[in-house]
Parts: sequence; C-alpha cells; structure tokens
Amino acid sequence: MTLFFAAEDSGFFEDLRERFINNFITGDRWKYLANGLGVTMKITLGAVIIGVILGFLVAAVRATHDKTGKLRFLNAVAKIYLTVIRGTPVVVQLLITYFVILAPMGVDEIIVAIFAFGINSGAYVAEIVRAGIMSVDNGQFEAGRSLGFNYAQTMWYVILPQAFKNILPALCNEFIVLLKETSVSGYIALQDLTKGGYIIVGRTFDAFMPLISVAIIYLVIVMILTKLVALLERRLRNSEH
Amino acid sequence: MSTDLKKERSSAKPTKDENVRQQKSPEMKPAEHISIEGSEMTESLIMVRNLEKHYGELHALDGVSIDIEKGEVAVVIGPSGSGKSTFLRSLNLLEMPTSGEIIFEGVNMLDKGVNINTHRQKMGMVFQHFNLFPHMTIMKNVTIAPIKLLGKTKEEAEAKAHELLKRVGLDDRADAYPSQLSGGQKQRIAIVRALCMEPDVMLFDEPTSALDPEMVGEVLEVMKALAKDGMTMVVVTHEMGFAREVADRVVFMADGKILETGTPGEIFTAPKTEKAKQFLASVLK
Repeated sequence: MTLFFAAEDSGFFEDLRERFINNFITGDRWKYLANGLGVTMKITLGAVIIGVILGFLVAAVRATHDKTGKLRFLNAVAKIYLTVIRGTPVVVQLLITYFVILAPMGVDEIIVAIFAFGINSGAYVAEIVRAGIMSVDNGQFEAGRSLGFNYAQTMWYVILPQAFKNILPALCNEFIVLLKETSVSGYIALQDLTKGGYIIVGRTFDAFMPLISVAIIYLVIVMILTKLVALLERRLRNSEH
Repeated sequence: MSTDLKKERSSAKPTKDENVRQQKSPEMKPAEHISIEGSEMTESLIMVRNLEKHYGELHALDGVSIDIEKGEVAVVIGPSGSGKSTFLRSLNLLEMPTSGEIIFEGVNMLDKGVNINTHRQKMGMVFQHFNLFPHMTIMKNVTIAPIKLLGKTKEEAEAKAHELLKRVGLDDRADAYPSQLSGGQKQRIAIVRALCMEPDVMLFDEPTSALDPEMVGEVLEVMKALAKDGMTMVVVTHEMGFAREVADRVVFMADGKILETGTPGEIFTAPKTEKAKQFLASVLK
C-alpha cells in the first residue's frame, strides 16, 4: 500500500526506483540474475567447445568424402546426425537428453545441458565448416598435394586456415544463436539467466523490469561478442592484404 | 603409331622399347643417348605406358605412352581438349588414370601401396593459376614444404629459398603476400616454391596462359634458365616460341593420343599428321 502511494506522489522516476529496489535489491534478488548469467555462460562455453570439436570432426568426414569418396560409412553416420539434429527442436533434444538418457544415470543438469547444446551446435558448425572448406579454391588443394603434403597436412596447413577466415562470421553467428538458445535450459530445472529473471517475476509479480533486464544482459553479451569478432576479422584480413 | 606402341608395351616391359628410342631423335642429345645405349641399367626418368583416362563418356587419355629422359625438356602441344593437361596432371596423379603405368625412378606409381606423397616431393608442379597460398608470406610459401616434409631447419630452408629467389629476381619480396605481387611475379614464386623441394622433374601446366602478355617473357626466361641448368621438364604450353627454342622434344597430342613426337625442327617444319598440320597452321600465323 505504501508503495502504491509513494508512486502516486513522486511520479514516474520514483516509481521506477521503487520497483528497481523491489525487484533487485530486496532479498538480494539480483543474485538470481548474476548466478543465472554464470550458469548461462558455463553452458554456452562448454557447448561451444563440444560444438566446435564435433563440428570440425564431422566436417572433416564430410569434406573428405566429398573430395575423395572415402569414409562412406562415417559419412552416412554424419548425415544421419545432421538430419536428426537439424530436424528437431533444441528443446526436445534437451528434454530427451535429460529425461531419457542422462537423468537416469544421475548426471548433473549443467553437464546435461552442455552436452545437449554442444551436440546440437556441432551439427550447425559442421555444415558451416564444410561450406568453408568447399569455398577454398581446389587449386590450393592441388598445390598442397603436388608439393607432397598428404591429405591431412594439406587440410591443416593450406585449406583450414583459409576456410577459417571465410567462415568466421558465420561461426560467430552460430555461437550467438547458441548463447540465446540456452535460455530454454529452465526446462530441465536449471536456473540460467532467463529462469533467474522468471523467478524474480514470480516473487514480485512485476514482469517488466526483470525480463527487460534479462533481455538487456543477453543483448550486451551479444554486442560484445560481435565487436570481438569484428576485431578478429579485421586482424585476419590485415594479415593477408 | 600409338597402336603399335601399345602392342609393344603390353607384351614386355623389361625389353627396352626400341620403338620409343626411334621416336626420340638421336641427334638432339648425343651424350645422353649413348649412355643409355651403353648400359641397359639406365632407365628413363619417367616411363608412361598405355595411360588411359575416362571421364564418364569422355575418353581423355587414349593409350598414351612416352619416356621422359633425365635432363630432357619435353614440350607438349596440341589443340584445347586434346588431353595434354590431363596427361601432365596424371604424371603426379593429380588426375588418377583409369589404367596404365607411370614408372617414375623405377617405381610404378599406380601400384597399390606406393606412397604417392614421397614421389610427388620429387615432382615439382607449376600451375596455370599459380595457386600460391594467400595466407602465407612468400618466404613461408616456398619454405613450408621443405621444412615440414624434408625435415629441413628453418635456416636451411630459408637460405635455399633466398638463393632461388635471387635467381628469379624476387628476393626483396620475401616478406610480401601473394596478393601484393603481379601475375608474372606470382608465377616465378610458384616455380621457386616447387624448386625448393629439390625435385627431379618439373611439370608446367600452361604456366603463362593466365598472364598478361607483358609478363609472359619474365616467366619464360626463368624456365629457359632452368632448362639450361639441366632440369628435366615437361611443359604444356601454347608458347610455340618457347617450344621451338627450348624443347629437346615436342610432343603433339590430339584426342587423348600422342600423335607425333620429334625435335622442334621436325614438328614445326614437317609435321606428319594432318591434325598437327592443321594445328600448327592455326597457331603459327
């Protein structure tokens, strides 16, 4: 009641202040966001690492098959993986990973989320990397082989460095998407950033401020990431003229 | 001609082919020729036997057989689509022949279990479009293979690179990137890159076709110097002047077959086949 009258008396900004205190200061509610952000970052980082490793492996298999016709079995496995992962929603994958596969084994939720999002991201990374490998002129490949490099050495010294530069923007975009997709982690009872904001809403019955804050935090992280990648891209470009 | 070659080859490999020797003009390399006659041990550097390549319907190589001697400059000419690039690219297996034999330094590279990579180290290749590595400096371009594959130290490889770069007049560009060079410079670097592996033979796949006319000369000069130093070279080119001046032997190909071989004098002044006459009439205007 007092809160209501205070708002009446001192106008918009006083109201905003009250709500800010109520949503974030009272009972240290900001900690829901801070801890949630920590969980979100952990999941994202872990998933990025798994996604990149898995993505490069799958892309290597696919590109090798495309270029040489070898690895037919692995290529078929990779194709199934890509089809299933890209053809089903990430939330469903997360739920299945948790309830069907890992929860019965008593695995920690964060690990489950890292695996689910990592495996999901790997599929997208794989296709990005494969496109990057294919975008490098075949003459580069032939030049490497003609010098006596074997297939793997040619990939490593000649093709991948050039492919990486071409795919950097797409790869970064994938990580941004991944960061945002982890917002469904609440489905398996994880308190990530989104869930943290939602818990505050449940306490204060004020949807506006916690949710807008959550959105702003995501936005700021994405903007920082975008900026970093732009810097990195410029560096790579300068190294080639 | 190619048909009786085929018969000879398929029957017996050990007997040195008199046929091929007759095709090669004896007067062009007297010393080398005698040494071959003298000892049956001496083999040609590359012996190609009955090479076939099919791309689906297309019969790109049709029973190609030829010997490349050590120190020889063989220039392959012919109309476009004649299979000359396919032939050259088969020599280091960038194109995998459908059947046949390529015996390089005594080893049939098409045998199962042959490590093609070690043989490719001995066969330098220069491409029409240079194919320098754009993400590396010139020095890195020319030293990465000797360092990684021949086990040379960075110092050794760079000393050799500087020596070769000086010879093509580009030592001052060692720290540049390929995109900062002209086409002619890129191709000279590409030649140096191949030479840094100290190959036994150099394959040139239309090395001047992608160059602006004013840059053709500088690349041909480097190739001439290389020929003078005794490098074995197989060159696919449209530069008839180069063929006439530098070639020990001119190989005329059409429709996937070798139709004629001979000294530049023989081929350019007295071509035997109708196809060769037509081709030469069209290019030597």
